[in-house]
Amino acid sequence: MASGRPLLIPSPKTPTSPEPPPPPLPRIPSKSQNTSISKHSSSSSSHHPPPPPRFPSRRSDSITTSQRDIPDSEARFVYINDPTRSNSPTRLPTNSISTTKYSLLTFLPRNLFEQFHRLAYIYFLVLAAMNQVPQLGVFGRETSILPLAFVLSVTAIKDAYEDFRRHRSDKFENHRTCSVLSSDSQFLPTRWKDIRVGQLIKLHSNDAIPCDMLLLSTSDPTGVAYIQTVNLDGESNLKTRYAKQETLKTHSSSSSSTTAFPTSGLVRCEKPNRNIYGFHANMDIDGKRVSLGPSNIVLRGCELKNTSWAIGVAIYTGRETKVMLNSSGAPSKRSRLEAHMNRETILLAVLLFLVCSIVTILAGVWLHVHRAELDYMPFYRKRDYSGKEVGKYNYYGIGWEVVFTFLKSVILFQVMIPIALYVSMELVRLGQAFFMIQDDSMRHEKKRFQCRALNINEDLGMIKYVFSDKTGTLTENKMEFRCASVLGTDYSNTLTTQEEDDDDDDDEENNNAYTLTEDGQILKPRMRVKIDEELVQLLRSGNKSEKKKRACDFVLGLAACNTIVPLVVETEDPRVKLIDYQGESPDEQALAYAAAAYGFVLVERTSGHIVIDVLGQRQRFDVLGLHEFDSDRKRMSVIIGCPDKTVKLFVKGADSSMFGVIDKSRNMDVVRATESHLHSYSSIGLRTLVVGMRELNSSEFEEWQSAYEKASTALFGRASLLRTVAANIETNLQLLGASGIEDKLQDGVPEAIESLRQAGIKVWVLTGDKQETAISIGYSCKLLTSGMTQIIINSHSKESCRKSLLDAFTMSTKLSAMASNAQNSVGDAGSNKVPLALIIDGTSLVYILETELEEELFKVATVCDVVLCCRVAPLQKAGIVALIKNRTDDMTLAIGDGANDVSMIQMADVGIGISGQEGRQAVMASDFAMGQFRFLVPLLLVHGHWNYQRMAYMILYNFYRNAVFVFTLFWYVLYTAFSLTTAVTEWSSVLYSVIYTALPTIIIGILDKDLSRKTLMKYPQLYGAGQREERYNLLMFIFTMLDTIWQSAAIFFIPLLAYRHSTVDISGIGDLWTLAVVILVNLHLGMDVFRWNWLTHVSIWGCIVATAICVIIIDCIPILSGYWAIFEMMKQGLFWFCLLGIIIAALMPRFVIKAFMEYFKPSDIQVAREMEKYGSLNEAAANTAREIPMTSFANANQRIP
Amino acid sequence: MNNNGAGSSSGSGDASPARRNSKRPKYSRFTQQELPACKPILTPQWVISVFTLVGIIFVPIGVAALLASNDVVEIIDRYDAVCVPQNMTNDKVGYIQNDAIDKTCTRRIKVPKDMNQPIYVYYQLDNFYQNHRRYVKSRNDGQLRDRSKENDTSGCDPEKTTSNGVPIVPCGLIAWSLFNDTYNFTRGNKALTVNTTDISWKSDRDHKFGDDVFPKNFQNGNLTGGKKLDPNKPLSQQEDLIVWMRTAALPTFRKLYGRIEVDLKENDTITVTLKNYYNTYSFSGKKKLVLSTTSWLGGKNNFLGIAYLTVGGLCFFLATTFTVVYLVKPR
Repeated sequence: MASGRPLLIPSPKTPTSPEPPPPPLPRIPSKSQNTSISKHSSSSSSHHPPPPPRFPSRRSDSITTSQRDIPDSEARFVYINDPTRSNSPTRLPTNSISTTKYSLLTFLPRNLFEQFHRLAYIYFLVLAAMNQVPQLGVFGRETSILPLAFVLSVTAIKDAYEDFRRHRSDKFENHRTCSVLSSDSQFLPTRWKDIRVGQLIKLHSNDAIPCDMLLLSTSDPTGVAYIQTVNLDGESNLKTRYAKQETLKTHSSSSSSTTAFPTSGLVRCEKPNRNIYGFHANMDIDGKRVSLGPSNIVLRGCELKNTSWAIGVAIYTGRETKVMLNSSGAPSKRSRLEAHMNRETILLAVLLFLVCSIVTILAGVWLHVHRAELDYMPFYRKRDYSGKEVGKYNYYGIGWEVVFTFLKSVILFQVMIPIALYVSMELVRLGQAFFMIQDDSMRHEKKRFQCRALNINEDLGMIKYVFSDKTGTLTENKMEFRCASVLGTDYSNTLTTQEEDDDDDDDEENNNAYTLTEDGQILKPRMRVKIDEELVQLLRSGNKSEKKKRACDFVLGLAACNTIVPLVVETEDPRVKLIDYQGESPDEQALAYAAAAYGFVLVERTSGHIVIDVLGQRQRFDVLGLHEFDSDRKRMSVIIGCPDKTVKLFVKGADSSMFGVIDKSRNMDVVRATESHLHSYSSIGLRTLVVGMRELNSSEFEEWQSAYEKASTALFGRASLLRTVAANIETNLQLLGASGIEDKLQDGVPEAIESLRQAGIKVWVLTGDKQETAISIGYSCKLLTSGMTQIIINSHSKESCRKSLLDAFTMSTKLSAMASNAQNSVGDAGSNKVPLALIIDGTSLVYILETELEEELFKVATVCDVVLCCRVAPLQKAGIVALIKNRTDDMTLAIGDGANDVSMIQMADVGIGISGQEGRQAVMASDFAMGQFRFLVPLLLVHGHWNYQRMAYMILYNFYRNAVFVFTLFWYVLYTAFSLTTAVTEWSSVLYSVIYTALPTIIIGILDKDLSRKTLMKYPQLYGAGQREERYNLLMFIFTMLDTIWQSAAIFFIPLLAYRHSTVDISGIGDLWTLAVVILVNLHLGMDVFRWNWLTHVSIWGCIVATAICVIIIDCIPILSGYWAIFEMMKQGLFWFCLLGIIIAALMPRFVIKAFMEYFKPSDIQVAREMEKYGSLNEAAANTAREIPMTSFANANQRIP
Repeated sequence: MNNNGAGSSSGSGDASPARRNSKRPKYSRFTQQELPACKPILTPQWVISVFTLVGIIFVPIGVAALLASNDVVEIIDRYDAVCVPQNMTNDKVGYIQNDAIDKTCTRRIKVPKDMNQPIYVYYQLDNFYQNHRRYVKSRNDGQLRDRSKENDTSGCDPEKTTSNGVPIVPCGLIAWSLFNDTYNFTRGNKALTVNTTDISWKSDRDHKFGDDVFPKNFQNGNLTGGKKLDPNKPLSQQEDLIVWMRTAALPTFRKLYGRIEVDLKENDTITVTLKNYYNTYSFSGKKKLVLSTTSWLGGKNNFLGIAYLTVGGLCFFLATTFTVVYLVKPR
């Protein structure tokens, strides 16, 4: 009966240390992402931290690091207040940071080097280089480089701008100032960039921390400092850091001033590494050796809060700080569409090869046939008579000529591989990302949507599986105390009390918000908690019954047994102050607020004691010892010296671990009652905790104390010693009660899940929670419905797993057979199918994943409509994603908010991080980040759909656009004795794909939308277009290419025949072809545009006009042979009739097919478009038409297994 | 000035807190992708009207183009084969290369229909790849228009310089292979003058071929390719060269030779006395003499008319088909 999530750890962020590892949870050896590697990294913290984990676990490290000492060779020696010695023999970097990739000098080579990682660019570079060989020169020297140079420079400018912005922010950072102890023992303002290791730095409240520092002294006499790490890990609550007693004690007495700090000493710490949560060092001070841990350092990027000053010594500076070591870019993934695109690019390469071969073979044949005449042809001439001796004129024999022809034709037709596509795609994705970020409907409070990966926008439109975390993703992760069970009595009336409005505040004074008065000031906990009147009565009653005493202990336990720091916050009303409980775990906060509401208000915490206002009476409790939560024990405990001189041990923890240490003999009934209460709490979706206590007699206490002190000062294996101490004392507890905490569902989750399901997306929930909680959340978010048949697999051995999977499979086939029978008889598609839900727990998954049973699980899971995995470990989450990803082509999406979701986010095709209560680790690993689960719906259904649609069209269009040009060139080559002459001027052929036709496709790739947001949200089924890859597939590619051949033929042959036997010159007809092809491809695009807004108009018509201007300009240069040709052409009517004829004839087949398909075989998107435009006008027609897509969905869904 | 500065600074001061206060930026149709737009949909009405419209435009144009083409009177006379003396038909190349043989040849042409002046005289070459890559590139446009660039013969291989290394003006294969057959026309016994001026583009004469550039060392090599140019006439006046240098797009092409500026009557017999100098025999090219009038659409060519009629007719057919299908089987 363990609650799935570790509720008690000071922070819930990293349950990477396995979530309640069900008994023998063998860690999957390969693929270990988090825990195991991170141990590695700290164990060998040498120069090269081995491929360090991006998201190290914190807890496992603090355990391992304190068990070892650092060998001198792997240590860094920091001499306090002696930067010179600290920086010798090796000079350590200063504190200036540089996040820029390039400097002025390195920009060009480095940027080019990076860009040429793209294979296509190498191809173009090789061709440009080949073009420089005289025999192969197809284009002029300059012109052949131009397209590549253009594409490279666009990207380079983009990179340079980004880098410049980074440079500016670096400069700003480096020029910030802070106080550094100078040689004459005064704190002087110093620029951050000048800080060096070993210097002493004084920070004031709200100061940003300039580098990683070891705390030596703070304004607090016990050496506590509070820091906010929001920039580092996104956790907004305050964290406590401590200066060591040794550095405080020795000097506070000797120094007269209040600021006391040591000015000498040696810190021996590990080499810089990126583990934010681990630190391992010791310090020699005053002849003593002190061991240091992660709680003694403050890191760059954090801010000092609620501490008037703190002094520390810089240990890691500049690029060696942990925050800098951790800053890494988003993972790069390649989108499905791009993968397909590469397939088609290869096809195009084959086509290019074919075209070139045809030209080559024909050229060879022509040369062979005319071999005898070559020298007499005025237009060929093998020999050069101009010199004294008769030489060869560029003739190397047929063999070589054929080779040259082939190479030259590759150069000439190179744009068959669309060079501009790559840069266009980058720009389009940038634009799409801009619009996704700007979208108001995906903005939560102040959190905007974040696009971290720029190259998988279009994958969002093809998702078939969504893997979702539960806590913090489906739920808010804002914990609310709901019910308590004290000594076997259930106090859960809060559940039934109606929701009160916030306005009732005033009339209902102390009922909900328990307040204290102190010196005329009112102290009020910031959060109000609904309380159970009965329990309040019991607590306040005067009787001295055992029950009352235990109830008080229970609430006291809630108030005391935590690591919460109360902060008093001013409000607008000067008389009222709020108590804000800062803590790392939302569960603890909820419990502390609950305790406050019942009258046990935690008012103050220092390192030695806490002050609790017990029912109006301030009492001081000494905190004698604290055993932090760890995932093995799954509980925490605190030993408190009460005002009445008794010593009490309070323990709270997950039920599974608590019932093992409770003295059951004492009161069996209470235990049973509590167990049943726990069961009922968890079945309504609450997170449960059990509280126990024991009064310690003096001998026990002393025994513990000596062990505790010994353990906590031990140099080696401190953590394990402490754990043993804790385990020894946490026995024979008296059960006090249990609590139930509600984690509320986020807004709109049920609706979002319903939309996703209608969109044909399967939603799987993977949670660490226990089964009952998971199922109840499943119901409340409409994932599970009462009509579903549940298949539950809880097995403890491989055999039983196999059996239950087989059973499940036979059952599912039986059910679907029944359904199909019913379907046949009734003829109603899909509606009779009994929906199946698979619920499986982590223990069973241990036996299934990475064994041959995976296949069985896959079969069962894919027939089920819903899959719910509970109590899964982080790596199992990734394993489940891999289960689908490796076996199908379906796109997967993982969404989560915590570090435990990182592995699954990285595994899935698309990873989404929720930037919520838990840290930023999920966000850092994700491709997209957003504030709420429900934004998944507009993200996928609207933006994903648009992006997919746009990108798919853009790729096809780019292939078409370049191919149509290449084919036009190709036809002409057939009329030039296969000598690769182009009628189109070389400038035009070079500018074609980068200027003449580039802009419209980019604008349309960013802005066009087939359907409005409203329609897409209203009919989630429309999402299916992406899942079925309707907009880009091999068939469409082939059709496009056939169309391309027709269009290029129209462009070429209409002028050819019209100008047959005329005086037309090569430049004139070339200009006609140029204009025709540009107008044609732009109109072709215009025909396919869904929405013409002013930008579309400007770009399409503007491009045509720009082309005409370019052609005219080129023809105004007298030293080009085409001088004035365009004007001579435009004088003739024939030119204009050719142009008109080309456009109509070329577009006709496409138009006919389009008109026919849209009217007689409309896709669901087309139907929706018509509905959108004509609305209610022919609602009836639209409704009947809707049946088409509906059935197609049903079919699509059935196809999946 | 001072006032202005103060005013603007206070203005911006007002504006920025206002912006800060409103956390949500103003709703923008652009960023929310809600720009007003027109959403064309191919409804049957649209499709049918488009086809009808195209049909209505195309058929008349097609008819007009066909009529225009039919009005054009064109006389084509192939003479390369018949001008070879009977005894040389087996060695045409030998015939053409032998300077001793008189190349004069007389052709009689009957005018089939009235021809109104101006009557254009063309020569047509078949199977002559003026667009061949090796040929097209063999010129230097700078040299042609600028006297100071006379020595710039880059790109002119293999007709760059004479065997002494002196640059040729105009250099290059194109100029070297200048067509050199000449035609003289007589009707009855009266000579028909052929106006050979203004046969080239004005732009070419004015800007492309320099009026101070004179032919030099032209056709002095071992191998004569074609016509010799008058070294005392600037290039801008050598219109036959200018026409020739406008390289043709296709292997069968016509070049304007001149204009006959009198009307010709039906059944007139024209005697053409031509000098058959140009060697097309070595690559089995054909030479034709063409006399043609023009219409508003150019020369005689039925293609455009037929193409427009076909497309127009097809559009009418499609319009009807769509209408029928739409009526018979509405969706």
